[in-house]
Amino acid sequence: MDLLYKIFIDPFVQMGAAPDLLVQTLWEGLVAGVLYSLIALGFVLIFKASGVFNFAQGIMVVFSALTLVGLHEHGVPAYVALVLTIGVMFCLAFAVERLILRPLINQPDIILFMATFGLTYFLIGFGELIFGGETKVMIADQLLLPRGAIEVKMAGGFVSLQKIDIAAAIIASLMVATLAIFFQRTRIGRALRAVADSHRAALSVGISLEQIWVIVWFAAGLVALTTGIMWGARSDVSFALEVIALKALPVLILGGLTSIPGAIVGGLIIGIGEKIGEFYWGPLLGSGIETWLAYVIALIFLLFRPQGLFGERIIERI
Amino acid sequence: MRAPSGPEIAVGDVLLSVESVSLSFGGVKAVSDVSFDIRKGEIRAIIGPNGAGKTSMLNIINGFYHPQQGRIIFKGKARSKMRPHEAAHGGIARTFQNVALFRGMTALDNIMAGRALKMRTSFFWQLFRYGPAMREEVEHRHRVEEIIDFLKIQEIRRVPVGRLPYGLQKRVELGRALAMEPELLLLDEPMAGMNLEEKEDMSRFVLDVNDYYGTTIALIEHDMGVVMDLSDRVVVLDHGIKIADGTPTEVKNNQAVVDAYLGVAH
Repeated sequence: MDLLYKIFIDPFVQMGAAPDLLVQTLWEGLVAGVLYSLIALGFVLIFKASGVFNFAQGIMVVFSALTLVGLHEHGVPAYVALVLTIGVMFCLAFAVERLILRPLINQPDIILFMATFGLTYFLIGFGELIFGGETKVMIADQLLLPRGAIEVKMAGGFVSLQKIDIAAAIIASLMVATLAIFFQRTRIGRALRAVADSHRAALSVGISLEQIWVIVWFAAGLVALTTGIMWGARSDVSFALEVIALKALPVLILGGLTSIPGAIVGGLIIGIGEKIGEFYWGPLLGSGIETWLAYVIALIFLLFRPQGLFGERIIERI
Repeated sequence: MRAPSGPEIAVGDVLLSVESVSLSFGGVKAVSDVSFDIRKGEIRAIIGPNGAGKTSMLNIINGFYHPQQGRIIFKGKARSKMRPHEAAHGGIARTFQNVALFRGMTALDNIMAGRALKMRTSFFWQLFRYGPAMREEVEHRHRVEEIIDFLKIQEIRRVPVGRLPYGLQKRVELGRALAMEPELLLLDEPMAGMNLEEKEDMSRFVLDVNDYYGTTIALIEHDMGVVMDLSDRVVVLDHGIKIADGTPTEVKNNQAVVDAYLGVAH
């Protein structure tokens, strides 16, 4: 009885007793969720356009952040470094299309998936070779990202909001909005959706696969760079960041592999669920809860909606 | 029979000619040393038993495959390597043996996708769906609606194509190809898997496209009745080799063709 009380009653009593703590926890979950969403978004972009599950998305986050910081360390002004990093991400997209996707065109999906493993280890090695493997500090101040926190009086107490988190949320929303408009409304967006549906058919109406692939990988690279800056500003830049990419997996299960809104909502649910679970149920279940809770949430969703929240239900005619 | 047979039906200029083209996959010869031409305004059939290399031939023409030997001359320009999207830009549209549509999109969007190449407004206007972009969209939509009327698929225009029956999917696919306003339309077994009624419908559409839009058509077909009815000239492939070329009547009476289809008595 006591255990049941601790699981089903006590946490909610606590939430009611200290609403300011609840709001604080929700906020922190939301912020973590935004970053999960961004990583998942990178996956979804590439998966939609090329059917490739890009294992390297996580490392692209690290690689872009590392390039940015590394360039700055070599004396390049912050904003110039940012522009150069964007250039590097474009070159990466171009190289991926030329050296990986094009030679492997029409190969089974699993081959392409394996190729992204190769890309992952290449980027790790290449990044370490050029910029060194030690942990670096994100150049948040130089990029004029705000620091410090604002205290908001709310829910009978004070809630502390980190300015960098607010900035992250705003930048992420802008980025998502831009991408959404781009893919919904432009000719390239329509071509992209066509490619996602059928390569052969897209080719036959005159869409260049090569061009589309470079565009989506570049878009995914930009998303990775944004994620890298935001995440790096909150902790620091190292290859350990790579593990957050694994968090994208439950997000994708939850949101559906092909849905951009799914990636966003999924990321927020996982982020918030994780923080709430950690704060209120953590003491009961032990401190490691954050590492596995996301997967449990995703599994529960999977039972009821195998195609994910917004995923396309695939009906095969037999 | 469509018209009195004889070479005088297809007197147009040569639109595309295939010159001694060979293609092999590893050691397997799919097409060897095949030459023929397609004249402006005609319906040209490519026939042959299974594995004769017909689809390979079509894939060569629209750039999916690049032949190891020989060349393709399209509108007077020779090329050895042309990518599929370049072929599309040049005015070659096609349909596929087992329908390749954008399954997640509606019939209307599929046909609109065929207009992708014709859209020209800048990015900026497209983002806001305003000004020139809106005008362009409306103009293309108008053309697409014409095609929808032509193919009599008005009532299914909002249905995702994955849910349509096979016969209608083939029709939408034809619509998408027509939306490209091609000079040369390649049809890979447009009537495969259809019942008699659907076949008759499709035959009529093929003839109408040829008459109404003046589109040159090259088609692969198994149903000999259909081929005899539709085509002006027929080229026959067997094991990757051209064994006959001529009007339907000539081909039908050709001993090599009869042997290829029925097998030779030993």
